[in-house]
Amino acid sequence: MDKILLTDIKTVSRCLNGGVLTSSDLTNFSLNRALKTLKYNAFINITHDEAQKHAELSSKRYSKKKSLSDLDGIPIAIKDNFCTRGIKTTCASKILNNFVPTYNATVYQRLLDAGAVLIGKTNLDQFAMGSGTIDSIYGPTKNVWNFDNNSEDFYIAGGSSGGSAVAVASGVCLGAIGSDTGGSTRNPASYTGVIGLKPTYGLISRLGLIPLVNSMDVPGLLARTVDDIVSILNAVAGFDPKDSTSLTKPYRKIKLPPANKISIKGLKIGIPIEYHCQHLSKEIYDVWNEIAQLLASNGAIVKQVSLPHTEYSIVCYSILNQCEVASNMARYDGIEYGFRADEDSSTEKLFAKTRSIGFNEVVRNRILTGNYFFINQSQLKKNYEKYFAKALKVRRLILNDFDNVWNDVQVLLTPTTLSDAPLYSDFVKKTNRDQCAIQDYCTQPANMAGVPAVSIPITHSKKGLPLSLQLIGRNLSEPMLLALAKYIENIVQFPHFVTKQDNKSNEEYQLLFLTK
Amino acid sequence: MNYLRHVNLLSRRFCTSKRCIKISQTDVKHVPQKAVASKIELHKPPPKTEIDADTIALLERLSLVDCANKEGIRILEASIEFADYILQVDTDDIESLFTVLEDIPLQVREDKVTEGDCREDILKNAVVTEEEYFVAPPGNIPLEARENPLHEEK
Repeated sequence: MDKILLTDIKTVSRCLNGGVLTSSDLTNFSLNRALKTLKYNAFINITHDEAQKHAELSSKRYSKKKSLSDLDGIPIAIKDNFCTRGIKTTCASKILNNFVPTYNATVYQRLLDAGAVLIGKTNLDQFAMGSGTIDSIYGPTKNVWNFDNNSEDFYIAGGSSGGSAVAVASGVCLGAIGSDTGGSTRNPASYTGVIGLKPTYGLISRLGLIPLVNSMDVPGLLARTVDDIVSILNAVAGFDPKDSTSLTKPYRKIKLPPANKISIKGLKIGIPIEYHCQHLSKEIYDVWNEIAQLLASNGAIVKQVSLPHTEYSIVCYSILNQCEVASNMARYDGIEYGFRADEDSSTEKLFAKTRSIGFNEVVRNRILTGNYFFINQSQLKKNYEKYFAKALKVRRLILNDFDNVWNDVQVLLTPTTLSDAPLYSDFVKKTNRDQCAIQDYCTQPANMAGVPAVSIPITHSKKGLPLSLQLIGRNLSEPMLLALAKYIENIVQFPHFVTKQDNKSNEEYQLLFLTK
Repeated sequence: MNYLRHVNLLSRRFCTSKRCIKISQTDVKHVPQKAVASKIELHKPPPKTEIDADTIALLERLSLVDCANKEGIRILEASIEFADYILQVDTDDIESLFTVLEDIPLQVREDKVTEGDCREDILKNAVVTEEEYFVAPPGNIPLEARENPLHEEK
């Protein structure tokens, strides 16, 4: 019966409505599964009490036929850089190890209002800086695929929202919230074989999302099916008066037709040639080409397009990222919250000691580099103009590239990551900075331009690891983007990790519900 | 074109159910076969920036993190080397982009008190408080520069 966790939100919701099981049963299945899958280290904190409390309230609502939404009773996980009242929120850093927020992130509040159950806070690279979920004080998160109990080595889950991706891929939760600044939701989605959505900038409130790069951060959604992503998006999207970067345009809930009713005839799909870069693996290239062919032979108009500044996008991103980080991390001084070093002689010494102990090397280096780019002291040292102001202009060029391409096509088909998931032992041979430059290549341009993008698992590599592709659309094109994603999902029928483990299909659960 | 691969492409299916749709039986390559040539590699890189002791001292005072050791400086210099590629881009007459929401007027709310009165919550997470105050050591004492920062090991 606990295999019901391995289906999807619609099926589970029907079963809860039909009284096949209660929300408390479901949550207990989820918590048990979380305890059985500790080896992946997806969770920093499994919120047993909170989960059971939410589940009990949900069970009562169902018994009175007063469920709040299709997410009522659904177990979800949230990345540990989203504030959750009364539940510690650490950003996987020593500097916030003792931080307990006194308010809820809007995303979390909206999920609670929809009746969802929080199973736990998930692991991430410290302050979301990284693409592997290996730079956490709680240890690395490991990919579910090709996991070897007898080996120290493992395939990385991707990052920085690796914990959330694994919580979904392993079947503990039916959905999870991550964040996406340069690809942090889509990258682990690609490596763990789940769907990862980066919404349009401003569509989902950032209140309570501990900021990394204010002009690029968005909450990201992770689930095993496109329909599940839509359910979660419908619950969390829309204007938030407490987030001044939140879009005021009223959000219309998306309703996707059944996959077999989706037609792509005449849909103009662009293949940006610059995304075929030097490090692209042959396997990803083949999948990219095969899906392009598949879409073309089913009526879409597939053509090559150009985003000429793509190669410089990653350079621009790294400068703007480090600069905004230098600014955003200035708030951690040990006085108002967080770790405080034992130092009484001066504020500067206290700040320096607190931050040196509290932050890991990756964070400290980004702060240092960001501040270097801001130096504007003398004739010789005009770094602000040379790097930061320059990067702001290059960002405009990247945005212009996208604007130009939308005159020609409606959606872009690209790789998400340049290969399948690397081994941890190989991944750590490069520095965090060097890795990000490769890992984020195809994902960060969407953050630079603010446009939505979704990663979809397609098939498996020779090693048996997921291979995924990415769709990018113009601002607020989530309905079209997710419809196309659903179309592709239906064709490729990607065998999820949970499906491979267990043979019970959705249809069997539908039957169970009907016969009860 | 490798014949065997051609055959595999024609017969390959992504799924085993009846709903599966076959890939078109053409040999069209929608994705360019060769990686696009790097523009960055066409340019001669500028001389590598070397960080001097004054800059390190300044950066440590600005950043208030202790990382100006050999490894930290090496990583900084590598980051600058990477950032230098941006100098190759022609940005004459290009306006800066500060936010992708630049065309949308900022929503400004009414100047009315809607919440507050939560002193306890605000002080809750501070390690040191005294009565209703945050506590800090004396200010206006600049951080001393360290001796020989360039030669320190971590």
